[in-house]
Amino acid sequence: MAHRNIIPFGPQHPVLPEPIHFDLVTEDERIIDAIPSISYVHRGLERLIEKRDFLDFVHVADRICGLCSFMHSLGYCQAVEEIMGIEVPERALYLRSIWAELSRVHSHLFWLGVAADAFGFESLFMQALRLREPVLDIFEETTGARVILGVCKIGGVRRDIDDDSLKGIVIRLANLKAALEELGNVFINDYSVRHRLSGVGFISRDDAYALGCVGPMARASGLEIDMRKLGYAAYKYLDVEPAVETAGDCYARCLVRVREIFHSIDLVRQAAGKIPPGPIDVKVTGAPDGEYYSRVEQPRGEVIHYVKGNGAKFLQRFRVRVPTFSNIPAMIKVLKGAEVADVPNIILTLDPCISCTER
Amino acid sequence: MSKPQEIVPVEKSDLVGIVAELFAEGYRLVQIGCTTLPEAYELTYSFDREYRFRNLRFAVTKGEEVPSISVIYPNAFLYENEIHDLFGVVITHIAVDYRGTLYRTAVGTPFSIDNVKLTEAPKQKAAVPEEKPSAVPGEQTG
Repeated sequence: MAHRNIIPFGPQHPVLPEPIHFDLVTEDERIIDAIPSISYVHRGLERLIEKRDFLDFVHVADRICGLCSFMHSLGYCQAVEEIMGIEVPERALYLRSIWAELSRVHSHLFWLGVAADAFGFESLFMQALRLREPVLDIFEETTGARVILGVCKIGGVRRDIDDDSLKGIVIRLANLKAALEELGNVFINDYSVRHRLSGVGFISRDDAYALGCVGPMARASGLEIDMRKLGYAAYKYLDVEPAVETAGDCYARCLVRVREIFHSIDLVRQAAGKIPPGPIDVKVTGAPDGEYYSRVEQPRGEVIHYVKGNGAKFLQRFRVRVPTFSNIPAMIKVLKGAEVADVPNIILTLDPCISCTER
Repeated sequence: MSKPQEIVPVEKSDLVGIVAELFAEGYRLVQIGCTTLPEAYELTYSFDREYRFRNLRFAVTKGEEVPSISVIYPNAFLYENEIHDLFGVVITHIAVDYRGTLYRTAVGTPFSIDNVKLTEAPKQKAAVPEEKPSAVPGEQTG
């Protein structure tokens, strides 16, 4: 019988930008169990709702995570707007969708770079990060910030993008697309990448569903779960086609993200072509009295913002269920039976966002 | 505006049975949430099937035991450990029970009734009594 060992993985590890820990129970080189530990940097942001009024709290929601910044403020604003019955102007809805899709592009590019770094492809890491820069430049020009955008507010958005700038963004993204195709081809066709990712970290469609997988993790196992289908923001006016793969392995998760980058660029083009003129916000009066679960498709999957108020300016409860938290049970399932050498790739292809998890 | 969301009040004793039915109907567990009330905790179990969002809800008092649903939905263990560690709600028979070590917070059970100060609802302004119309238009009363 093989000797049983426990190998600690994390919280500090070269492939982990943020702290999460696994006790990997191994027999020789094979993992037979994985016990996760989180909460190394838990911030208790949810309870800040007791000290910030509901209008100011958008700034806190914005800061839950750097990569998903805009999505958190969007989810929070949608929940409050739903409770208060606020009709957000259509132009603001389109602008929200544009920034949301740009966020997806930069988040996926960041992930592709980090994943390339994990399997030892340094130059690919640098190319991915280089191509992410133009997206951050667009953020800077349109919102004044590159990471924490701070542009979403209850009742609309803080900044407009004029039509000429929108046309410019579409052209720049079309140019970027050509370079991204070259990058995507490496991820899709390169022998080394396929060798490291194909058949590794498999999770079946049934397991993915039963374990509550969301986002690219679910879609790579054949589940067409995409909250944009709910039609929030301007998605009801856009042709959203979730990228779905069926292989369920690390390579499929990589393919889904590569395809989603191109789809997001297309959604920005669609939105820029359809955006109507008009105001970008409405005046908000009163305070939320009620509760609502807002569901938004982050780059990593479905995120839920629950808001409950009683008519006071300080809300009673704010809860965020982030996609990484929902994907951890599947992560454990995937790690069981894997080789120790594949652990970094498996964990990275789930794209864990600890900032969100430790909200 | 988006689709309405269904929140169904249930009895705690019926929870496991109803959850088993939802599992059989093909619902996925989306989340388990907890909210601190003045004298109790409100637990909400959220499920989804083809974008239909259903929530089961009940309240428990401090120290009251809640049965785990992790035997039906294996991913429930993480939510249940979270609720135990942050709120102090006692959940029994969790498939993977961290026994209070999932969240290692500086303050024990930071979201519990003892630690959370809920905001009070704003007081309604007292209704201003309507003035009686004077008998003759323009005539001053009093």
